[in-house]
This record gives sequence, structure tokens and C-alpha cells, in this order.
Amino acid sequence: MERRMDLRRLTKTVFRDSILASQLAKLINDYWRLLRSNGVEEVKIMNFCGTHEYTSTHYGIRNILPPGVSLVAGPGCPVCITPSYYVETAVGLALEGFTVYTYGDAYRLPAVREVKGCRSLSDARIAGADVRVVYSFLDAVRDAASHGKPSVFLAVGFETTCPAYASAIASEMVPSNLTLISAGRLTPPAARYAVERVGTVSGVIAPGHVSTITGAGVWRFLPEEYGIPTVVTGFEPVDVLIAVAIILRQLAENKPGLVVEYSRTVTIEGNQRAKKLLSQVFDVVDSAWRGIGFIEQSGYALQENFARYDAVKMFGLREPGRDGWKNDLLPGCICGRVILGAAKPTDCPLFMKRCTPGTPYGPCMVSAEGACSIWARLGGRERLVEVV
Amino acid sequence: MSKISLAHGSGGVETQRLLERLVINRLPAWMKKVENGLGLDFPDDAAAIPVKNGYLVSTIDAYTVSPIFFPGGDLGKLAAAGTINDLLMLGARPLAVLDAIIVEEGTAMDDLARLVDSMIAVLRGEGVCLIGGDIKVMPKGQLDGVLITTAGLGFASKLIVDNNIKPGDKIIATGPLGVHGAAIFAAQQRIFSHEFRSDVKPLTKILLPLIERYIEGIHAARDPTRGGAAMVLNDWARGSDVMLVVYESELPLPEPVVNLCEMLGVDPMTLASEGAALLAVSPEIVNDVLNTLYENGCGEARVIGEAREKASSIGVVVLKTLVGGARILEPPSGEIVPRIC
Repeated sequence: MERRMDLRRLTKTVFRDSILASQLAKLINDYWRLLRSNGVEEVKIMNFCGTHEYTSTHYGIRNILPPGVSLVAGPGCPVCITPSYYVETAVGLALEGFTVYTYGDAYRLPAVREVKGCRSLSDARIAGADVRVVYSFLDAVRDAASHGKPSVFLAVGFETTCPAYASAIASEMVPSNLTLISAGRLTPPAARYAVERVGTVSGVIAPGHVSTITGAGVWRFLPEEYGIPTVVTGFEPVDVLIAVAIILRQLAENKPGLVVEYSRTVTIEGNQRAKKLLSQVFDVVDSAWRGIGFIEQSGYALQENFARYDAVKMFGLREPGRDGWKNDLLPGCICGRVILGAAKPTDCPLFMKRCTPGTPYGPCMVSAEGACSIWARLGGRERLVEVV
Repeated sequence: MSKISLAHGSGGVETQRLLERLVINRLPAWMKKVENGLGLDFPDDAAAIPVKNGYLVSTIDAYTVSPIFFPGGDLGKLAAAGTINDLLMLGARPLAVLDAIIVEEGTAMDDLARLVDSMIAVLRGEGVCLIGGDIKVMPKGQLDGVLITTAGLGFASKLIVDNNIKPGDKIIATGPLGVHGAAIFAAQQRIFSHEFRSDVKPLTKILLPLIERYIEGIHAARDPTRGGAAMVLNDWARGSDVMLVVYESELPLPEPVVNLCEMLGVDPMTLASEGAALLAVSPEIVNDVLNTLYENGCGEARVIGEAREKASSIGVVVLKTLVGGARILEPPSGEIVPRIC
């Protein structure tokens, strides 16, 4: 145990080291000068994950990078992209007397339409509904089994979170009174959508935790089909600086490729057991992403033989299809552009005015991984270094 | 539908706005303070009324915490120490406390006795009198356990009002930050470890020697309780119209606190300390203040930042990060809830 603690400390010391960081900053500047001399005026790198956006903002990394190199947010925040109708469904069930479980950030996620005066599960709890915030699906499984009341789990998440649902369902741990609103999503289709539609992304900092499950291999299409340097990256500041340096080098040498910087946990193949569980329990279907729209083959739906766990099927709820889809944001909210890297949170006229972490208006202001929430809470600004 | 949410009580921006809307903005200027005193005209830890040779300083706070008994303390100790510390932060010597206890029907008598005993133990240790109080019982389910309100009275010959910070002043932390908040968070998440113990304690022995010797050079003092150091530093920057620059590498954040915060997605700078204070002191006395703190058991006291002229665009708190970057240290906002992954 003592040895493990020391290793953890060592990892943090290395990956937050100020000397290493300043050497990397110099390297990044050198590559940038090279790119400039080749006529490149701007490099836009997408932080696919909310957690990379967190690292970049928390450590003020934008203030270390050269002015022409920008880090933009991506769609990698599961709460931000959870369609409003799932929230509305969960709120409706909560107000009908179901015990509703979800994670701390999904609990506060505002819907587009109010259900009996409630816009979020947080509102529903204030109105007297039984809404319980849990840290993991297993907590809800245990709790629901202990009280036996009709219960629903708002099951949001990416490839990292969904194996927990699959594992509990496959091993028949889920009590008969607990069903799921299956809102899980797959990240690679969203990355493809982002680089195709936004079009100005020169490099991608690819998900670290997601890749521990999926394997880094799922990101090969970015360099191979789109010529975009892609680095599967860890979540410490030095990880992100290394990723930026690699992307700039690949751009300077015109050799886009896939690099696993986060090799301390990520393999090319990923976690076979988790992948197998996911494929045993879920079908992959075309699904909606809030603020974006339908993305092909991007959602996890419970397979037919697990229909008894599916709240939408069990309670005859209506899931809007592609035709009925609206972009799912309240008027004025630009979250859809923020999570595609097309706008900064501070570009939004509502940012820290109508929309704050205390009273979120748009979905990206809720989660600890939401770009707007990160910028609001952690003071995300570019070009601060000049003043200090 | 506008209703009170937990965010309104978390000590951040929402609490401040709620108080402004409900109370402060509804009072005419003369009602906000006694003439030549300090009151709701300036947000500080306590209020002051001028008397012969100084000020009568008073404060009131309602204490509620879940769980009521936590590693390192309990609600009773928190209520006594918190009120003593609020008096000290205005430069006052604590003299007396009054309490109001509201208890839920069905609470174990022994639990209530333990809370009151630990409140009395703190007051006795500090030589502070308990001169009055009240107790009420609420029907079961109408209150979660016990709520203690304490009012404190003290005397100050000179006040430390937190609007006097000048460019060049140094910001000192007397001890580790975020420790109490982390202990409560860990207990709520059922993380039981010797690493998480509240630091709740009266700061009398730390603050009084400084008040006696260096009061002229202490330009601000605050215990970063609810809202944490982030809230205090933002209050200070705004109140004194300066920019504060804080160095992340110098912050006394214990490793377990940082690790827990990373796991839960919470900024440790927004977590409460109940046994540490932040001071803004003039550069001439900074070494003397630090030496006095070391002599009085604050081995981890250190300078964490400094005040500068307000830059045109940002009159705020800027954090220089470990890796040489920079960001704004925002005041806490919203309810602190665990994150998904």
C-alpha cells in the first residue's frame, strides 16, 4: 500500500512538474515557429473530453500556448449531450411517484420543456419527488433492492460509464423494481461528426478514459480518413502539453498519425471484458445528441431480451425519432456550437448573465465536465499571462 | 417558479445575491449600521458598535452540518469555534456567547448532551462565557437532527475591516486549506480514512498575539469557512479594489484533500477550513507575522500570494498555476455535487 501511494505521488510530481512544463512550452513554441514559417496561421486542437477541457482550464494551459494555437471544447461531456426528453421523462416519472436515481450533475440538468412546473430532477426534488443522487449505478441497485419501490435510473454516460450498467444487468443484479432510461452514447461517431461538420479542427486530443475501454484503435479513422493528428491523452497538465507538442510536430512534418500518450492505461485493443459486456446487453443505434442532432450508430439501446429493464418500453413512453427532433436547446443557448468547438463559452451572450453554475440555463453549464461550467467555475480566459 | 435551492445556502455567489435581495437592499443606509460602527454596509465576519476606547463586536451564525458528529469534531464544537473565530477576524477578543438550539423530536438525549458538552468545552478552554440561550423542539421530520445558532460578543480596540488591502500587501494562510470541507465531504460519501479529520478549532492563540502586536499592518483577516479561500479572496479583491495574484505552488492544500477533490470534481479552494485564517499584511511586517505564527504552532503558515494594482480589464483574483499557466480564481457558485466520471 505504502509503495502504491509513493507511485501515485511520483506520477503527480512528474505530470505536474513546472520545469518539464516549461520545456514542453518551449518545444511547442519551436514547432509553432516552424509552422508559421510554412505559412500556417492558426492551429485549432479539439479537447474531445470534458475532462481535458477541465485540465486545460484548471491549469491555465491556454495561457502557455502561442497565440495562434487554440484549444477548443468537444462533445465529450455525457451530461451536456443527453437529450432533453430523457430528462423530461425522468422528471415525469419522479412526479408520478417513482424513485429516480441519477448522478450529481445529471440531477441538475435542465430540460427544454417543463413538466408540471419542473425543469430538472433537482426541481422535482424541491417539489417533493423522491430523487436520489448516487455516485454509481451499483449504489442505486443496492438502494432500490432495499426499499422495493418502483424506481428508475437515468442512465447517461459514454463507453466508460455504460459497462457498469451492462455488468449489473448481465449478472442479474438489478432488482425487478429498477428500470433504466438508457441514454448511453458512443464517442467515435461524435468525433467524426465534429470534424466533418466543423471542419477547422487541425488536431484532436482524444479521450483517455473512454479509450481504456474502447482501445485507442477506434480513433485511427481521424488521421487515416481526415489527416488529423490524434493523440490519446492523459489528464494531467504535462499530458496535455505533450499532446499539443506531438500534434504540432505531426502538422509541421505533415505526418498525421495516432499516438497513445496515455500508454500508462490505454492499449490499442481496450478492455475486452467490458466491450463484450456492452455488446451482450446493448444494441448500437442511431441516437440524438443534445444541441447537435441525430448521429448514426452513436447510442446504446437495451437489447430486446433485456426489455424488462427498459423504462421507455416498460412504461410505454414515447421516444422522439429523427423526424420529431428539434435541436433541444432553449432560445439563445449556444451549447451546440460550444461542444463542437465552433464557439467559446465566453462568446455566448448568456454566459454568467442568464446562465450561471447556480442557475444553469444551458446543458453545458451543469456538469463538472461541461465547457461552460468549467470556464465559469475555473475562470477560463485566454491571454491572462500578460497581466501577471 | 422561484424557490430556495441548496445553492442559495452554499456560501457562494447565490448566497450573497439572496442576502442582498432579501435583506441588504431593503434597508435604508441608517439601518445597516450603528453610527461610526460596522454593519451590513460592508460584508465581513462580524459587526461593530463604537464604545469607550474601542468597539463592541458582535456576530451570529446558524450551524448545521451532516453528519452532526464527524471526524475531528461535531456540531457543538463547530458552533463555539466558528463564533469565536468570527469575532477574532474583526480584531476582537472574544468575551461571551449566547446560543439557540433547535432539536428534532426523537433525537437521542445523549447525542444532544454530547453536542452541548463539546460546545461548553471549547468556550471553557478559551475563557469565553456562555451568558444566555434558548432551546426549541420541532416535530419529527420537520428538521434534520439539530441546528445550533450562536451569537458572540467581543471587544476590539481597533477593527480589522477587510477593505484596506493595498498593492504590495502579502496574503498569508496560517494553515492548511479545505480540511474541514474535505472531512465533511468524505464522511458524506462514506469514505472513512484517518486522512480526513476536520481542523475545527478556535484560532484565539494564533490570532490574539498578532492582533496585539501588528494590528496596524494587518489589512484583512478572514477564516475561509463556507465558500472557502476562493470566496474570501474574491471578497477581498472586490472590497479593496485590488487584484490578488495567488501562486498555486504555494497553497497549503494537503495531498488527501487534493486527491479527494479530484475524485469528486470539486475545487479545494472552495472547501471550508474551520481552523485556519487568511491574512493580508503589509510587506514590512510579513516576516514578523510569519515568525509569530511559527512560534504559535502554525508550522505550515506561508505567503500564498500578493495584492497588485487592479488591471484595467480584470479586478479579480488570478491564480498562477503549477505549470506556469494562469486562470481566474472564481468565487464558488452553485451546489457542490459529485460528478459522474
